[in-house]
Amino acid sequence: MLEVKQLKVNYGAITALHDVSLRVEKGAIVTLIGGNGAGKTTTLRAISGMLKPKSGQILYEGRDITGVPAHKLVGQGIAHSPEGRMVFANLTVRENLQMGAYLQRDKAVIAREEEFVFATFPRLKEREQQLAGTLSGGEQQMLAIGRALMSQPKCLLLDEPSLGIAPLLVKLIFEKIVELNRTRGLTILLVEQNANLALEISSYGYVLETGRVLLADDAAKLRADPKVRDAYLGG
Amino acid sequence: MVLPKSQLWLVVVLLVAGGVSAFSGRIDPYVLDVAMGVGIAITQASSLNLINGFTGQFSLGHAGFMAVGAYSSAMLTTTLGPKLGVSTAVLQWVLFPASLLLGGLVAALAGLAVGAPSLRLKGDYLAIVTLGFGEIIKVILQNVDAVGGARGLVGIPDYTNLFWTFSVAAVTVYVVWGLLNSTYGRGFLAVADDEVAAEAMGLNTTRYKITAFVVGSFFAGVAGGLYAHLKGYLNPGGFDFNKSIEIVVMVILGGMGRHVGVIIAAIVLVVLNETLRSFGEYRMILYSLLLIVLMLTRPQGLFTWTRRKPSAA
Repeated sequence: MLEVKQLKVNYGAITALHDVSLRVEKGAIVTLIGGNGAGKTTTLRAISGMLKPKSGQILYEGRDITGVPAHKLVGQGIAHSPEGRMVFANLTVRENLQMGAYLQRDKAVIAREEEFVFATFPRLKEREQQLAGTLSGGEQQMLAIGRALMSQPKCLLLDEPSLGIAPLLVKLIFEKIVELNRTRGLTILLVEQNANLALEISSYGYVLETGRVLLADDAAKLRADPKVRDAYLGG
Repeated sequence: MVLPKSQLWLVVVLLVAGGVSAFSGRIDPYVLDVAMGVGIAITQASSLNLINGFTGQFSLGHAGFMAVGAYSSAMLTTTLGPKLGVSTAVLQWVLFPASLLLGGLVAALAGLAVGAPSLRLKGDYLAIVTLGFGEIIKVILQNVDAVGGARGLVGIPDYTNLFWTFSVAAVTVYVVWGLLNSTYGRGFLAVADDEVAAEAMGLNTTRYKITAFVVGSFFAGVAGGLYAHLKGYLNPGGFDFNKSIEIVVMVILGGMGRHVGVIIAAIVLVVLNETLRSFGEYRMILYSLLLIVLMLTRPQGLFTWTRRKPSAA
């Protein structure tokens, strides 16, 4: 479904990604792990069109989408739930969700998707008219995922869903991610600091270090790999 | 919301402005002058509010766009007006609005020219670019003899009246309000809240910023046209950095992104400026002190009780 070939991305004079290649099969959950500055977020941003790659190629469903701006990719089924949640703090929960369906003109579809998001995260339904900035971290993360779902994506890029969230809610959110993958057949590319948790729900994983792919293997094998255990899974 | 039946409000304001304007001969000329100044200030502040308040950009060049509009509109009425050989009434009710429209369009064009390349920049950078634009406009006007150069442009007919100032103010508020309360308009607020997330939702954030900038510049230009035909005289120095700051202060004092607050702030600041006149040379000191006190005590803006009501739809 998604294939990245020899991706190189620069921030000004600094090269953030040297050479990243990866594949995400349809219906899979694939995870990118690695330390700070490894290039995980940069990879997601390049895929979703928020950054222009220096070189390399990104294929989505066989089409070349390298350098296509973000606002054109959303319509093609790629949704990005950015790091740090980034909900629209001064809009209500409901308005945030509607922003997610920005490209959708059909009101019935919007209503249906809203129903689905509220069914997935009942907490959001309770907070429907509340300003998003007043939600807890976990609730904002639910909202960010819900908002991304509103565009009816085929492929969801999920950046650090566990960042700064109470452990209980992390568990809930990861359960929902798995549920979305199983019931909707949603393909997910997950970036996560909590490598253990991420590999647990993924089928395949990539370990990034300083802008390069260090290791790529089945998630179960990565979890068993002593090098990965030492460096990323806390021994 | 502030204007529950927005169109009705617009019509009411237009009718009242027209009605009062018909009796403007009986109003004290000084009060009349200040009142028209208030109308122009509301137009300036509301249009800048769209850019700085609602879309979260920071323009410091609003006086520059006003100058572009003022000179364009004044050039049309002063050069074309006498050649037409029609009555003053026709000039005031046909040529003048056309000249205001022209002023707005030229200013909007200038807004597009400045905005398209610089709105890719964020925050402080945009402020500096617009600041530079304002200064460039001023210097150009000072050196072009065809528009009077540094001596200024004189002999502009006094077509501006209460009706025109408050009609324009009402239309500006109506357009800004209407723009923001549409489904499309929520995008402006989203851009202000979080540009990255807005982009991830499929919004073309650059286009939103440019739209806000161009619409804001348009109304700044129209306000400039009103100003030109109110004062009868244009001086490039009148459109300097201080003028831009004055409008920014109205927006900040009114509470960034508040419709009513910014209107009230525009009124308060114009009136305050006038009432302080009796203090002579101490006026600007008092004015500045008052602003400092206001900012220390109400940093979120003076008039922030009108929270934006979440839309149910």
